[in-house]
Amino acid sequence: MVKNSCAVEVKNLTKIYGKGDTAVTALKNASLKVMPGELVAILGPSGSGKSTLLTCIGLINEPTHGALLIDGVVVADEGWLTGIDLKQMRREKLGFIFQAHNLIPFLTAQENVMVAMEINGVTRSCAKKRSSQLLELLNLGHRAAHYPTSLSGGESQRVAIARALANYPKVILADEPTAALDTENGKNVMNLLKKLAVENNSAIMVVTHDQRMVEGFDRIYHVSDGRIVGDSELGEE
Amino acid sequence: MNLAIRDIRHHRGRFFLTSIGLGLLLGVVISMGGIYRGLIADALAVLNSTKADIWVVQQNSNGPFAESSRIPEDTKYRIAAVPGVAAVSPLSFQTVQIERNGKPFRIFLIGYELNSFGGPPSLVAGRNIRQKHYEMVVSKSMRIEIGEKIRLGQNEYKVVGISENIVSSSGDSAAYITLSDAQSIQFKKSNHSIRNERSKAGIAISNNKSLSPQQSTLLKKTLMESAENTHIINTVLVKLLPGVDLKETQTRIQRWNQLRAISDEEQTAILAKGMIEKARMQLGMFRIILLIISGVIISLIIYTSTLDKIRVIATLKLLGSRNRVIIGMILQQSLLMGLLAYAIGYILILLTYEKFPRRIVLETFDLQSLFVIVITICVLSSFVGIRKALKVEPAEALGG
Repeated sequence: MVKNSCAVEVKNLTKIYGKGDTAVTALKNASLKVMPGELVAILGPSGSGKSTLLTCIGLINEPTHGALLIDGVVVADEGWLTGIDLKQMRREKLGFIFQAHNLIPFLTAQENVMVAMEINGVTRSCAKKRSSQLLELLNLGHRAAHYPTSLSGGESQRVAIARALANYPKVILADEPTAALDTENGKNVMNLLKKLAVENNSAIMVVTHDQRMVEGFDRIYHVSDGRIVGDSELGEE
Repeated sequence: MNLAIRDIRHHRGRFFLTSIGLGLLLGVVISMGGIYRGLIADALAVLNSTKADIWVVQQNSNGPFAESSRIPEDTKYRIAAVPGVAAVSPLSFQTVQIERNGKPFRIFLIGYELNSFGGPPSLVAGRNIRQKHYEMVVSKSMRIEIGEKIRLGQNEYKVVGISENIVSSSGDSAAYITLSDAQSIQFKKSNHSIRNERSKAGIAISNNKSLSPQQSTLLKKTLMESAENTHIINTVLVKLLPGVDLKETQTRIQRWNQLRAISDEEQTAILAKGMIEKARMQLGMFRIILLIISGVIISLIIYTSTLDKIRVIATLKLLGSRNRVIIGMILQQSLLMGLLAYAIGYILILLTYEKFPRRIVLETFDLQSLFVIVITICVLSSFVGIRKALKVEPAEALGG
């Protein structure tokens, strides 16, 4: 295993869906680097390939060509690397925040946070303690015993953020995290992500098509027709 | 954290209602097994209560239960003289229908000789028959009080004792009376009938001109004695001395060509296999069909429940959950549903089986076997849901 200091490094990543005449290239030679504690946005219109890029980095979709490194570990090089436990990588290195919060409806807010840790082998008592801390940090301590159906959209998304942070991930991948929220709640969630990126030294990659939400991000990648057409650092936009 | 329990807790209404429905189905399955065992127990009740080694019946007959058998009562003396025979007991069987509390009431009457075996087994109340006439011991299931009088044939019989549940193979409760009383009920004709038969015999004999008057009178007397004879029985029970060869004794008895000696084992086979085989197959078929229905229901419930949880499963996979966590959740739900349904079915039958019109015998082996079958069905049924769950891609958790 080769290690370097990037939280995420993508080298000439290509993803082709299907074969032969029906093959569709969703991502073409995409390259990027994200450092720990960096807040990165991936901007682009629908169908541009930004979600494909996210699913490849999230170890959900196997890249067809190119290399992918997570926390310095090569996980893909012309396909998944043999011997890599993708599930373990996802459990230990990655955190996910979804467009719809995707909380498990039959678990309380606290249990939703705990489940991510218990899946990762954390003991129940430790998981309970950490989940309480996270919910307190996100001003949700009083909602810990509530089921997702009784939480507001903003509260649900904050629980999802707590779940994503539970295992101290190196990278947090957020797919349109503000899409289901109103502007105010959306901005609150983005501000929270920015704060957490700094505090936890986690790289945060946010996929969005809403330019208003990426204010204050460290770096913005623009994706169009499956290609990264440009990146801009904070203040360059 | 047990995800299966959490999910069940969240959807408890649906889970419990489904389990209750399945429980009722399994209750029917348990009761059918009990009915079958009850049929066997009923069919063998009289047989087992007598503890006889051999049943002597009419030749070429599978009597006295499966077919009719009529033999003269004095056969008992000949059988008693066979080497190796320890004791004999003549028995008669008949089913009578009386009216009780305005409803038809069927009784399986067993006539036995006092001071011989084949009479009522252990009594639960009252005493055994002491008088030669007009006393009876009834089965507990008849719900007749001691002291009550029941009219059978031309006489009234007083209930002096209540025995354990003994029934005929058709489920009619048994009552015991003395052999002579039983013969009287079965064969004794009314005065009008006797007069009528005497008149008919007289005319027939007097029309025969070849007979002298003395011969006619003698023939008429002999004929009438034979016609009015009530000393007929259905079987002679035989108990052998210890160490006596059963086959050899059977062969010795069957040297009298008009008799057949059936061993206890053969009689059991005649009753269990011959008489209730079709009922057994019928009940067995119903049980299999109901178990298949239960399996289909469990599969369907687990499958639809898995479909409801596709996004949850995809999220768990995306979070890096191992397959065993997801398989465990589905399998545990299926097993819990089966266990709860089994418990509901069992408790239901346990509370109601004594109220069934026919005996239900719940045997531990049957209950254990059904339990294993239910668990197997649950495991197999969950495969449909598990297969679906394992095909879910983590990417399904993404998007709106």
